[in-house]
Amino acid sequence: MAQEYEVIIGMEVHAQLLTRSKMFCSCSADYVDAPPNTHVCPVCMALPGALPVINKAAVEATIRTGLALNCRIASFSVFARKNYFYPDLPKGYQISQYELPLTTDGWVEIEDDAGHPKRVRIRRAHLEEDTGKLVHMDGYSLVDLNRAGVPLLEIVTEADLRSADEAYRYLRKLRTILRYLGVSTADMEKGAMRCEANLSVRPKGQKTLGTKVEIKNLNSFKAVRDAIAYEVQRQVRILEEGGTIEQVTLGWDASRGRTFVQRTKEEAHDYRYFPEPDLLPLEVSQEWVEALRETLPELPDAKMDRFVREYGLSRKEAWIVVEEQDVAQWYEAAVRAYGAPRQVYNWLTGEIFRYLNEANVPIDEIRVTPEGLAELLRLVDDGTINRNTAKSVLQEMLATGKDARTIVEEQGLAQVSDEAALASIVEEILAAHPDEVRRYRAGKKGLFGWFVGQVMRATRGKANPDLVRKLLQERLNE
Amino acid sequence: MDELYRLTAHEARDLLRKGEISATELTQAVLDRIHAVEDKVKAYITLTPEIALAQAAEADKAFVQARKEGRAHTLPDLLGIPLAVKDVISTAGIRTTCASRILENYIPPYDATAVQRLRAQGAVILGKTNTDEFAMGWSTENSAFGPSHNPWDLTRVPGGSSGGNAAALAADETIIAIGSDTGGSVRQPAGFCNLVALRPTYGRVSRFGLVAFASSLDQIGPMTKDVTDAALVYEAIAGHDPRDSTSVDRPVGEVRRALGQEVRGLRVGVPREYFGEGIDPRVADVVRQALRVLEDLGARLEEISLPLTRHSIPVYYIIAPAEASANLARYDGVRYGYRAEAATLWEQYKRTRGRGFGPEVKRRIILGTYALSAGYYDAYYLRAQKVRTLIRQEYETAFRRVDVIAGPVAPVVPWPIGWAMENPVQVYLTDLLTISQAIAGVPALAVPAGFSDGLPVGLQLVGRPFDEETLFRLAYAYEQATQWGKKRPVIE
Ligand SMILES: [Zn+2]
Repeated sequence: MAQEYEVIIGMEVHAQLLTRSKMFCSCSADYVDAPPNTHVCPVCMALPGALPVINKAAVEATIRTGLALNCRIASFSVFARKNYFYPDLPKGYQISQYELPLTTDGWVEIEDDAGHPKRVRIRRAHLEEDTGKLVHMDGYSLVDLNRAGVPLLEIVTEADLRSADEAYRYLRKLRTILRYLGVSTADMEKGAMRCEANLSVRPKGQKTLGTKVEIKNLNSFKAVRDAIAYEVQRQVRILEEGGTIEQVTLGWDASRGRTFVQRTKEEAHDYRYFPEPDLLPLEVSQEWVEALRETLPELPDAKMDRFVREYGLSRKEAWIVVEEQDVAQWYEAAVRAYGAPRQVYNWLTGEIFRYLNEANVPIDEIRVTPEGLAELLRLVDDGTINRNTAKSVLQEMLATGKDARTIVEEQGLAQVSDEAALASIVEEILAAHPDEVRRYRAGKKGLFGWFVGQVMRATRGKANPDLVRKLLQERLNE
Repeated sequence: MDELYRLTAHEARDLLRKGEISATELTQAVLDRIHAVEDKVKAYITLTPEIALAQAAEADKAFVQARKEGRAHTLPDLLGIPLAVKDVISTAGIRTTCASRILENYIPPYDATAVQRLRAQGAVILGKTNTDEFAMGWSTENSAFGPSHNPWDLTRVPGGSSGGNAAALAADETIIAIGSDTGGSVRQPAGFCNLVALRPTYGRVSRFGLVAFASSLDQIGPMTKDVTDAALVYEAIAGHDPRDSTSVDRPVGEVRRALGQEVRGLRVGVPREYFGEGIDPRVADVVRQALRVLEDLGARLEEISLPLTRHSIPVYYIIAPAEASANLARYDGVRYGYRAEAATLWEQYKRTRGRGFGPEVKRRIILGTYALSAGYYDAYYLRAQKVRTLIRQEYETAFRRVDVIAGPVAPVVPWPIGWAMENPVQVYLTDLLTISQAIAGVPALAVPAGFSDGLPVGLQLVGRPFDEETLFRLAYAYEQATQWGKKRPVIE
């Protein structure tokens, strides 16, 4: 039997924090659309003599994240200088944390590949500063320091992940948590969340770890999954052929779908970390931590459990509405306005999700309010419109922003429930189709649906289908 | 009135307030003096006479207006007073070179907090003074612009690294100055040039805008012709600055009130080690004389021992270069300063830094990089930090017994220009008496103590953290009793 292999993965995520100013100066951290080198000052340009001052909001965002990741918050933590030369790093060192980070020893719950809950341990979540950006031109490069000094949260797991899919689910979960906290957009495509994986492969059953490689610059969820899957395959092939894995730092070429060597072990940096003498150690009181704990929202896991409990959803179903906080909020508001959580769930994850996908808009930008959906559903309940009409009314609501009642009135969509009026229509249809009536009566009962369709067509879909069925039954079975 | 350039700041202030002289006259007198002697002294790297005269004219307007309204006595002490700024302190619009080729043409867009505070008082900036490159040295011999000369003997060094300030003050090429002290850099040149200088408690004066050499050791301090001026400048620049996280939020008070107060009963510790091995006996003699004066003033001398002092040199030469190796990484030719173009990025880095930095700076960057390297960090940097804690504790213990510790500023008198280059190891030892205070973060003041063979010798007074006041009180009493500082060199 072929040897089976096991992959051991740890993740390192950098998330930009949504603070108003940068990590160590008062420049605006909102750099994305700013012209190059306009959000800069002596501090973030590293002019001689400039000194950093810690951004309190960034510290608070980190503590809140640490709490949400079940971490210990250190009462005493230290910033450190990480030394290396690169033109996007103006000081020649990055202010980060090394020994004594702000938060340590937490966990995030995900589902493993068998669908069982699994805890991924968080080794540390600490604060540091982002670098600037290089724009490569023909034969030279330009430096833009707008991003230099934007606060970054670095979140490092233990090597607890066992597959590319687990890594993917961990990242999705982490993104959800960061967004719930409002500390980061965690938007990978925009570079607000960046990811590195370190992984090693070993034959199943082997106790010692295989050689670890690092994959950098994973800029999308897809890249994470693909790069890890690719790398596992590559390493397994090498091991099967009796080869050895080299300890390297890899990049991911998404267009070719393969990893490539960025740095060998010999080229590895010695960052010469040492405590940042320009900053005092960060002291965090228990009272401060508790005050911040009070500001935490209901976190995704807790919300999922509650939705299961209160709304009768399965865990999987609950996660579908919980993963995005705005969706969860929308759902709860609609349930509050209408009741019937199951029905609301079906409409939300059916019609409305389809629209979100097609129009590619977030839920807080659609033109239907939770109360609007509730009104629509009540129109179905009281027989004003039928379910099919309701679907097209909802499309109209999404497109125009008009409320359900207005659309029903303007387009005369109210269901015909007048028995006398429907009876005369039924008479007309039967009179117009004597052949079909005969065949039906001769036993071709399958034609019943066809008769219903004819009546609906004649009423442009407005007929109350239950009533139509009742009248047809009466007349055809005479 | 002639020889206005010889005035102290407080003398000039009184005359300015009365309207007996104008700030313009005073500034012009100092500029003329610079014109007359600077060729021999070479105190300045950059002179800013236009800026100085414009600021002086502004000051004169303020004096005229205030006198009219009868409130001249409420004007800031340093309004209209000529000031020299060591060229490692950032001055908006004025070239700040750090005496290095790598910043030869760098003009900062912002003022250091200390400069901002002095400008706010209306002090008149004459220019930027010479220093050892990035303040790394003892004599200004490491300046990319050549050494300054000691006005007491032009063949000798004025000390360093704030040697340009000391030379300028001793030659009356400025009235007041601010320098920086990382391991003795304001005190030692003050001692070498018969001047007063204070290294404040670490955290007392904002380092914002002081080009970093060793962040945990650097402090800006006043350099002046007498103790009163040092107090005025200190009051102007000290105090919390939110832009420097290591600056301490603690009231400075008016230390000038301590001037003239009784010193009787002050306990003065005299460390055995400050007079031991490596101390020139002629220096020791002069300082012992000074201690006798303190005793005559009523201070109670007490012999103490600070055995860890001798470890302060190795500790300093690990911590300071380690921090410097990171602090100087920003000089990469990318954003400002000197750049040597090359085909590749790494070649450009190497050439820029290879040509931009002088030998002493390179030596310290290499030392510091080594001390922080993987595998050596624990043995060097971490161990040095531990010894640093012990040195700090040694001072704490001593200050339970005594109020002030007194001794020489430097173990030697100013050496002939060129000696340091030929004695690279010995010169490191001349820091012996000024380093431990920086390591412990305690304040220390240098005051003229007399002469040995015509060369100045300084008395150093060391105080408890944040007790600059006692240093001023004792130094003032000593100064009034001796008047050594009144002596001026003849420049020829
Ligand atoms: Zn900035």
